[in-house]
Amino acid sequence: MVTYALFGVLALVVLAPIAVALSASPNATGFVYGACLIVALILFLLALHILLEYPAASTVTLPLGLPWLGAHFRIDPLSAFFLTVINLGAAAASLFALGYGRHEEAPQRVLPFFPAYLAAMNLVVLADDAFSFLVSWEFMSLTSWALVIANHRVDENRRAAYIYLLMASFGTLALLFAFGLMAGADGHYAFDAIRAAHPAVGTAALVLILALVGAGSKAGLVPLHAWLPLAHPAAPSHVSALMSGVMTKVAVYGFIRIAFDLLGPPQWWWSLVVLALGGATAVMGVLYALMQRDLKRVLAYSTIENIGLIFASLGLALAFKAYGMELAAALALTAALLHVFNHSLFKSLLFFGAGSVLTATGTRDMEALGGLIHRMPQTAFVFLIGCTAISALPPLNGFVSEWLTFQAILLSPQLPSWGLKLMVPAVGALLALSAALAAACFVRAFGMTFLGRPRSPAASTAQETDTNSLAAMYALAAACLIAGILPGIFIDALAPVVQALTGGQMPVQTGVEWMSIVPIAESRSSYNGLLVFAFMAVTGMVTAFAIHRLASDKIRRGPAWGCGYPDASPLTQYSASSFAQPIRRVFGSLVFRAREIGEMPPPGSSAPARLTVQLRDLIWDTLYAPIGIAVGVIAERLNYLQFLTIRSYLTLVFAALVILLLVLAIWP
Amino acid sequence: MQGITFDIAHMLAGSLVLVSFMQLYQDRLSALLNIFALHALVLAMSVAYQAFVQDAPHLYITALIALVFKAIVIPVALRRIVVKLGIHREIENVFGVGLAMLFGIGLVALSMVVMLRVTSAADPLAREDLAFALSVVLLGLLMMVTRRNAVSLVIGFMSLENGLVLAATGAKGMPLVVEISVAFSVLIAFIVIGIFLFRIRERFDTVDMQAMDRFRGEQR
Repeated sequence: MVTYALFGVLALVVLAPIAVALSASPNATGFVYGACLIVALILFLLALHILLEYPAASTVTLPLGLPWLGAHFRIDPLSAFFLTVINLGAAAASLFALGYGRHEEAPQRVLPFFPAYLAAMNLVVLADDAFSFLVSWEFMSLTSWALVIANHRVDENRRAAYIYLLMASFGTLALLFAFGLMAGADGHYAFDAIRAAHPAVGTAALVLILALVGAGSKAGLVPLHAWLPLAHPAAPSHVSALMSGVMTKVAVYGFIRIAFDLLGPPQWWWSLVVLALGGATAVMGVLYALMQRDLKRVLAYSTIENIGLIFASLGLALAFKAYGMELAAALALTAALLHVFNHSLFKSLLFFGAGSVLTATGTRDMEALGGLIHRMPQTAFVFLIGCTAISALPPLNGFVSEWLTFQAILLSPQLPSWGLKLMVPAVGALLALSAALAAACFVRAFGMTFLGRPRSPAASTAQETDTNSLAAMYALAAACLIAGILPGIFIDALAPVVQALTGGQMPVQTGVEWMSIVPIAESRSSYNGLLVFAFMAVTGMVTAFAIHRLASDKIRRGPAWGCGYPDASPLTQYSASSFAQPIRRVFGSLVFRAREIGEMPPPGSSAPARLTVQLRDLIWDTLYAPIGIAVGVIAERLNYLQFLTIRSYLTLVFAALVILLLVLAIWP
Repeated sequence: MQGITFDIAHMLAGSLVLVSFMQLYQDRLSALLNIFALHALVLAMSVAYQAFVQDAPHLYITALIALVFKAIVIPVALRRIVVKLGIHREIENVFGVGLAMLFGIGLVALSMVVMLRVTSAADPLAREDLAFALSVVLLGLLMMVTRRNAVSLVIGFMSLENGLVLAATGAKGMPLVVEISVAFSVLIAFIVIGIFLFRIRERFDTVDMQAMDRFRGEQR
């Protein structure tokens, strides 16, 4: 089985040089994305087949990589599940790019790296030894870096790519140490050997922290998220969708693989760290998202929020697993994995929508958009579905996974540890807060972009996007709806994954009447997406019918009330900043040191009054800026080392060698 | 691996260290080149003996490479360069000879202590060989650090490589790839550095490193 997957990856790898060769041809875009679409679809179907039919792991060892190790690859249910997520996202992005890629300014900067990037993400999930894992991980970072810097003429993009490269190498460094610790002094880098050897408690805790830092920096855990909102929007939109929707999930995979599989039985207090980080990430992510004006950056910050939610569920699953509560652990892990799947769907959808808006109007600034629902009705419709899903409203899929998360949180009183008993409800409150704020955030994103009147000439002359892009968005929107109304099928498909990692599984859902889902027991809670959907559809239609038939079917057009202002310029509309103001006043003064400075012109002057908002990124100021300054100072001090004589360099090397040997000789 | 076998291998590796010491106190370039040829010759003998003892015919190739290139071709070529540059009578020393020798003795002691401790589980011949090889490497480095003539730097570098070859052949079962790559790296280094010598000479009329530093506008 794993061999077939590797063939698919090979096909993607081969596509990269072909793309280089073709780059001069005008058909290159169509060919490369078409081929990516086909390969990704095949890999998706293969992974789905493996997930549903073959719970046993299949392995293969290739004579690549380190000579005494070889390259191990393996598909078990966990990697099969993540393969489906990756390749579904990849297929959607390729389909979208069939249309979107035609607007690309320099396609030769994107085309070769896109298939390589897809191949790298697949390889990370397939890898079964530390060496191949890290090589694929780094390959993934580098290819995505190349995609981030595709549009390198913009200063902002270059800065984003630079910070991304730094953070990616830092994360890989942490993972390198994590695997080094797990492999131990004898260096058993194959995952089989690591799985068999359970490290000591202290080592395991250190590995967990390193894995959190390494995988978390890629996934966007606060405070390691700094690169994400810069890099994700900088890439072309289909790549942004992949980075946000899929690559962060690969990072989640890395964490699950280490924490649930390789590291052996968990300690209960591991979950404290993961839960705290998850909760903080969720709230911080959505608060940042609410403060942004750039549509793609809003989406990137919202990814951080969702990653926080996923990590909080993972922390819960760790806690339950540590106390041997398999059913509860299975519930929490299912919630996390389902959210991984759901988030990949709607975040890709939203980024595609943002990409369509970007090509139609040339801007991502929400203050320059508006009224697009008239110009781009279909994009607006699918974007609305994406917004509803990510705001966790029933009957769409976002609700199901968040509801399952809260069901798992409600089981926390059964935990024996007091620390967790107090911690979990607090994290639950944070998640609830972030869910509410996320809804506000997406009301704002949708309202400012698509509703009201156009705030710029570009927005008032926008054109609907092309059919390929629309097809990709409709497909994802349909997937969101299906996963929302028939969640039982998805939960059952996750059963082998959860079974392998926690030792338990949720009750089988497909047999439940009326296609409800019952996470624990019928008496406790159940949810029926189909009924909710049917109810909403029926009541909606009845109401519409009643209004149009029984009341008046005439459409009346009248002047809009301009709040008493005679000048009805579009700029007097409610803006993105004004929508965020109440939330900024409540949370912003604490979290962002937000300050509003009102400038009133003196009486008699005709100058406009101004309201300036100042936000400070405290995490950047307190964590990243000092590190940057310290590195600068140290580099300044060490600069003279660049100008030594040849003999001084030789002497330095020699002295270093002799000192190291002396240390080795004296070391007990 | 006992008795006379061990003794001969030990003697050859030990004499390589001895020749390294001889290199340290040669302050004339032509004499230094002779000693380097001797160094390579001892290495070739040692490798050939290892080939005989380990019954590994591919090591004969390594020995042959060492003999032809390092003991004959490179010293002859370097001698021609030196004569051409007119520096074969030049005397140079940065450190005092006595100090350099003392330092060298310290390095040999250090490599013995380190290697014999680290490889306590290995085959005794390989242990001794590795310890000697490390000494040769360190002495080669020491020579590179103490000399200021570019030609002596080249020789120091190549005697360092000789130490690496000794280490590679001392352990049983090293594939030939290692030796060939080492041999070629030396050859390439020789070519590159040889070209550099000419270029430097063309530009600055000297191969004295201090002169180059002066040209870079720096003081020491």
